[in-house]
This record gives sequence, C-alpha cells and structure tokens, in this order.
Amino acid sequence: MPALHDSLRSLLPPDRVFTDPARMAVYESDGLTAMKALPGAVLVPETAGEVIAIVRWCVEHAVPFVARGSGTSLSGGSLPVADGIVIALNRLNRILEVDPVDRVAVVEPGVINLDVSRAADRHGLHYAPDPSSQTICTIGGNIAFNSGGAHCLKYGMTANHVLGVKAVLATGEVVEFGGRSREQVGADFTGLFCGSEGLFGIALEITLRLLPKAEIFHTVLAGYHSLEAAGNAVSAVIESGLLPGALEMMDALAIEAAEAAVACGYPEGAEAVLIIELEGPVEKVAAEREQLAAILAETNAFETRVAANAAERMTIWKGRKCAFSAVGRLSPDFIVQDGVVPRARLGEALRRIGEMSVETCYRVANVFHAGDGNLHPLILYDGRVPGGLEGAEALAGRILEMCVAMGGSITGEHGVGMEKRDYLPAMFSAADIAVMKRLRHAFDPGELANPGKMFPGAEAPALTTHGLHPLEKAGILSRE
Amino acid sequence: MMAPDQAAEVADAVRAYPRVAAVGGGSKRRLVGAGEEISLRGLTGILEYHASEFTFTARAGTPVAEVAAALAEEGQYLPFDPLFVAAGATLGGTVAAGISGPGRFRFGGLRDFLIGVQFVDGRGELIRGGGKVVKNAAGFDLPKFLVGSMGRFGIVTEVCFKVFPAPVASLTLKVACADAGVAVERMVTVGSSRWEADAMEYLPQDSAVWLRLGGPEVALEKMAREIAACWPGEVEIVAAGEADRFWADAREVIWADGAPLVKVPLTLSRIADLEARLRELGPMPRRYSAGAAGWFACPDETALDAMLAAQGSRGLAIRGGGGSSPWLGSCPSPEVARAVKSALDPDGRFPSP
Ligand SMILES: Cc1cc2nc3c(=O)[nH]c(=O)nc-3n(C[C@H](O)[C@H](O)[C@H](O)COP(=O)(O)OP(=O)(O)OC[C@H]3O[C@@H](n4cnc5c(N)ncnc54)[C@H](O)[C@@H]3O)c2cc1C
Repeated sequence: MPALHDSLRSLLPPDRVFTDPARMAVYESDGLTAMKALPGAVLVPETAGEVIAIVRWCVEHAVPFVARGSGTSLSGGSLPVADGIVIALNRLNRILEVDPVDRVAVVEPGVINLDVSRAADRHGLHYAPDPSSQTICTIGGNIAFNSGGAHCLKYGMTANHVLGVKAVLATGEVVEFGGRSREQVGADFTGLFCGSEGLFGIALEITLRLLPKAEIFHTVLAGYHSLEAAGNAVSAVIESGLLPGALEMMDALAIEAAEAAVACGYPEGAEAVLIIELEGPVEKVAAEREQLAAILAETNAFETRVAANAAERMTIWKGRKCAFSAVGRLSPDFIVQDGVVPRARLGEALRRIGEMSVETCYRVANVFHAGDGNLHPLILYDGRVPGGLEGAEALAGRILEMCVAMGGSITGEHGVGMEKRDYLPAMFSAADIAVMKRLRHAFDPGELANPGKMFPGAEAPALTTHGLHPLEKAGILSRE
Repeated sequence: MMAPDQAAEVADAVRAYPRVAAVGGGSKRRLVGAGEEISLRGLTGILEYHASEFTFTARAGTPVAEVAAALAEEGQYLPFDPLFVAAGATLGGTVAAGISGPGRFRFGGLRDFLIGVQFVDGRGELIRGGGKVVKNAAGFDLPKFLVGSMGRFGIVTEVCFKVFPAPVASLTLKVACADAGVAVERMVTVGSSRWEADAMEYLPQDSAVWLRLGGPEVALEKMAREIAACWPGEVEIVAAGEADRFWADAREVIWADGAPLVKVPLTLSRIADLEARLRELGPMPRRYSAGAAGWFACPDETALDAMLAAQGSRGLAIRGGGGSSPWLGSCPSPEVARAVKSALDPDGRFPSP
C-alpha cells in the first residue's frame, strides 16, 4: 500500500489524504461499532470530479473502495475494507437546487437528510423519509440502504423518493439514471441503484421528490395491559380504512427505559403503548379523528391521551424517539434487529420473541414501526461475560429466521451489510442470489465497490461487542 | 403462440426458443417486440390477499380488472390508477409497461406500489426479488428495476403489490385555465397545497385542469369551496356521474380515439414550452397526467420524435404506430445497461432494449 500512497497524493491535496492510522481511527467502523478494519487510506474529496478521479484510480490499480457518508450504518455497511480506500463524502454537501415548480431537490451525496426538508420548508414542501438518524445521516447513505423511518407505510422508503441519480460506477463509467420527472420510460435503473448498498458505485448527484407538508397532526397515545391487546389495536386501526402517517409501538421494558431517560410520563403500568398519528388537511383530520376515537374505544386501551398542541405532541414522541438509546443504557451492550413480519402476525411474533427471551435468559426490549410490521427487538447482553455476545447473536438469528418463516424479511430498513449477509439465503434461493451477483458484476466486474457486504461467505473481521454508536454515547444522536 | 399456465412452464418456454417475447392482454401491443410469443393470459389468479396486510400477490397474467374488483370488495385500491383496465390489461403487462394514471399524483406511481416479483430470466430460471411485506430492504430492488422493462430483461410471472384503503368519498373539480401558463401555475399551487388532491389531469385542448379530492365527504365540500374561492368563477364542481366518466376515460385513454399513443415523462416546468412547440406540429390530442407525463395521440410520430430528440428527451410509443422500435427522441445507452442486459439475458432471448 505505501507504494501507492504517492500516486494517491496526486489525486487530492495532501491535507485531504489520510494514511496515518491515528487519523484514520474514526473511520475504522460504523454504527456496528464492534466490527473494525483499518483502511489503507481515507480520501476526502470536495467535488464530484474528484470522486470520479479517485474511483478511476481504484479501478486502474484494482484497489477496493468503500463510500462513506456519516458512518451511521447499523449493519456494517460502511465498514472499511482492510487496506482499501475509504472515500468520505461529507464535504460534498451542497444542496444544488430546490425547485418548487417541479417539486424536486437536487443534492450532493453528503447532504444531511434533515437539511433537505429544511431547505424545502419555505416552499411548503418536505422530504418524507425520516430515519431517526436524520440529523446526521447523509442522502448518499440513505440511498445505498434504502433507509426508512416512521412514515413508511404511507409514504414508502427512500427509493420511492429518489427520481434521478448521477453516479460513478465501479467501472469508472459516469451514468445518469432517471431525471426530474416522477415518471420515466424504460427499466428503472434508478430504482435498482437505490438499496444497492454501495456495491454498484458512488452516487454523485441525487434528484429527490418533495411533497407538500401536512397541515396538521393528530397524535394519540394509548396504553394497554398486554402486548396482544396493543397488537390487536394495530390491526383494528389498519382494518378501519384509516391510513395513519405513523403507528408505533413500545413494550414495557422500552417504556421503563424511556421513563428513566426522559420522564415521558406514559400511562403507568402499561405493558405496551401505541402512538398513532393522523396527518393532513384540518377538515379531513377532524373527521378521521372521530373515527379513530371510536375504534380505540373498542380496543381495551386503559388510557388514551390526545396531544392538544404541538408541545404535547413532542412529549409523546420524545419517549419514542429516545427509546432506542434509552434501552441501550440499561445494558452494557445490545444488538438491534430489524426484521419484518406480516402485520397480522405482530402479536404472535412478539409473544414468540418473549418466549425466546425467557428461554435464553436474554432481556429483549421492543420498540418498533407497528404500522408496517417492522420490528426492532433490542437484545441486551454483557460482552464481558464469556459467551454473552455469541448467545445474543444466536437469539438474533432465531428472530430473523422467525421473521422469514412468517413470510417477512430479514431487514426492513437497516440493510443487509456485513451483519446479516449470512441470512440472505434464508430469504432468497441460490438462483436468486446468483442473479444478484451477476447484476453486481455488471456494475462492478472487479468487485471493487464495498466488497464483502450483502452476499454470504466472504472473509470478515469477527464481532467482539455491540453497543451505542459513539455519537449516541456523546448524546448527539438517538435512534428509532 | 404458447400459453403456459404455470410459472415453470414459462421458464420451459423461454429455454425452448432462441428468441421469445411475452404478451399479456394485448392492450399495449407496440411494446411486445420480436420473438416467439409467450402469452401470459393463462397464468392467472390471485394467490394471496389479506386486506389487513395492505398487500396482494397474484400471477402476472391476472387481469387488473379482476384484482381491482377484489380490492374494492374490501374498500381498497391501487392508488396509481392503472391504465387500460377495461381493455384487458394484465398485472404483468402493466408492470412491464411501467405506466400509471392520474392517480399517481398523491402517493406515487406503479413503482411505488410494486414490492415483490417472480420472473423468468434469460437463462430460463425462475427468480424472486423483493418480498411480500410492505417494508423490506433485503437484496437488490429487482421489482423496481422491472417496472418499465418491457420484457427486455425477464418475463414477470408473479407480482406482489402494496395497496391502500380507498378514500370513503371523492369529489371532482374542473378548473378552467386560459392557457398553459395559467394551468401550470395552478397545478403548482395544487402540488404544494394542503388539499392533498388524489389525482390531477390537464387537458390543454379543453383549457382545463381536473382534480380529484378524496376523503370524508364533509371535508371534501369544505376544501372544494376553498379551491373555488382561490380562482373565482373558474372552478366547477363536477357531478358524480360525469366525474366517473371523466376518470374512466382517462384510465382507458378513450380520448385518444384509438390513435397511436406516446408517453413522455416530464415535469410541470416543461409544459408551457412544450405546448408552444406542439402548436407548430398541428393538432394532436394530448393530456398531461399528474404533472408527470404527457400522453400524445399522434397518427404520425416523426415530428414528435424529432422534437423530443432536439430537446434531448425521451418518449415511448405504448400502442399503435408503425415503427419497430417503441422509442422516440433521444436514447442514451450507457455501457452498464448493456452489461445488465447480458447479466440477465446473456443469449439475447428477449427483445433488445
Ligand atoms: C442512532 C441511529 C438511528 C438510526 N435510525 C434509523 C432509522 O430510523 N431508519 C433507518 O432506515 N436507518 C436508521 N439508522 C441507520 C443509518 O442511519 C442509515 O442506514 C443511514 O442511511 C446511513 O447513512 P450514513 O450517511 O451514515 O451512511 P454510511 O453509514 O456512511 O454508509 C452506509 C452505506 O452507504 C454507502 N454509501 C454512502 N454514501 C454513498 C454514496 N454516495 N453512494 C453510494 N453508496 C454510498 C456506504 O458504502 C455504506 O454501504 C440509524 C442509525 C443510527 C446510528
């Protein structure tokens, strides 16, 4: 590698090429903090032209590279390849355009998710995907992982909001997929690029769909004495014909943690709480809130609270938003799972997770997107106890297998990355995976872009511990 | 023509011939391409539909009409207004054509509702992509890729869609707009307003923008009054019967009167300029759907083709017309598109893109 360092330095000014291990330490891992690998160099381009030159250099020298946004991936997606190049994209953070007529934003990949909505706000528009890392994660990372958030049932995931992508592929070719229109003709290459987990190349410029902001919100908190009752309430709401903007659930352990962290004042003695939020024009919400009240009255909620104003709405959400990090503080280490089950089987899934928890003596807290069946079981363990991690991983694996067996998915929004690559065959046949690999080779014949991720079998550093993201420990971030 | 009634037989048929082309209901004939034809008409049936999941899975040859009827029984629908439903469009053909109607305005088009596929690739293997749950990020997004792929990369045998509850009531408004400039201005207002219109269609020849609002009846009346006050004297509340006829006409593209039909993806900011240029091409029935696509009924494509090429934009002839290729205007062809084609169809069994 050192032999190549000189050649690398011809690409960027020296202050944007790091080869000193101390300087590269912060790039050693992502949100899956236990996996670490030291790259050969970290490059910090400031323009698309520089990114293209770096990728072409990598192609010429057959050096693997990993694109990196803010490094908040929870599945090891932005883990470096040992001795490879990390291309850090945070300085490509310009919002190139916000167009209120076409209702699009054109952005560089390092733009922070929330900044898009901030820029669109004065036109009465917003960018819908809202992962709870949205104050820090980048649009480039969101695209790579097809990231979600709390509003996916109604608005879809990141890919539903990406209209066009300009990218440099792992062949060095620069392409433009899609465009500004919400419609297109021909096979949907933009859709294929989204969710490709950095295995196709690097997005340089992204055109995003903007939507009008909802006029008002109607937020309800409902407390239940059993998980099953809460699960049934989710079904009752969904079957009523309402389409809530958000429908979230927390169990007793998650509530306890949230109370300890932010004193959110959720109904005392609740085994589960639901947050249900309607949104839209005043007149529509006025009619729908009556309907929702009638439905909830039938669901054995022992307490329901309606947010009377924006401050009360924030209080309700505060408990939910902090729950992840709060649960993390109950335990030295934890694993977050991201499996999906059909909504009708939510109750059953939660019961089985509870049974597995008792059986294996691992505490599991549940905080999740109930409206779309996206579970986030947090498995608590102590990495210092011999076998603690292995047991927790085994339990996580059983939960994923349960999700697949119920007809669901191994990941709703966090991506396969490094963490779940061995579970891809649980969802897809050998032929399916072979086709995905062939597609990967069409974009990246040399397997240079983010190698070792998504597909089972490649070499990987072993896991040692799990825990809070460094930014969470510092209190800068919390997760959903 | 072969007419398999099992996905495995579609795979056999693909392996049996050096050149094959899939045909669904035949409502978008121009897209089929050359090859031994495999009809998907026999591959029908809804396999799974649980209303509480907001999803259904069906074989690709299932008529959209059959699905729409099953959904309606549960008060649900495909919000993007699938096209050519009465004309016999199948689910697979609709996916392969990648077309959506005026209802794509509110929640997005077909690409935003397709969540899983099974298809036969050019090796004659049955492949799955996506899944059956509304949220899923595992593996490459093959369902999205196949939207609009016109059978060039694989033959879709099964699809899984996300669906939504249908609005309890709807109300249609017709907004008079003196010219394209005014129409665009008003469509922009609608697009960033609080009203959440479900569908929007601009008819330049009638100088009118049609809107469909959805939701509880009391709410719709109030919003309609507000919209009417926005553009005094120009907004008409359309009677239910006439509204139903209008949206059915839009979905079936009856207005084109059987003429060859071209789709051009666009944005609101392009419409006024396009309208000015079209005046020079002579009369051509046309509509702008959801502010996202222009639909042109043109007996002779050459002039439109040249105009699109000059603008660097692309169109697709969905039905009718003479040319062998359905493409109009400029056709960028990145190296990677060829590599993807050979990854999925190494022997070129399916028509070339
Ligand atoms: C506290 C916390 C809360 C979270 N909450 C959510 C949530 O609610 N929903 C959710 O979906 N996720 C959530 N995540 C996960 C994570 O934030 C998302 O996956 C996010 O999209 C990653 O963005 P990033 O900029 O940090 O990307 P990184 O972690 O830097 O990279 C992620 C992947 O994207 C690739 N990549 C980055 N930039 C590009 C580019 N320009 N072109 C191509 N590939 C690129 C990388 O190679 C890598 O594979 C959370 C994470 C944390 C730590």
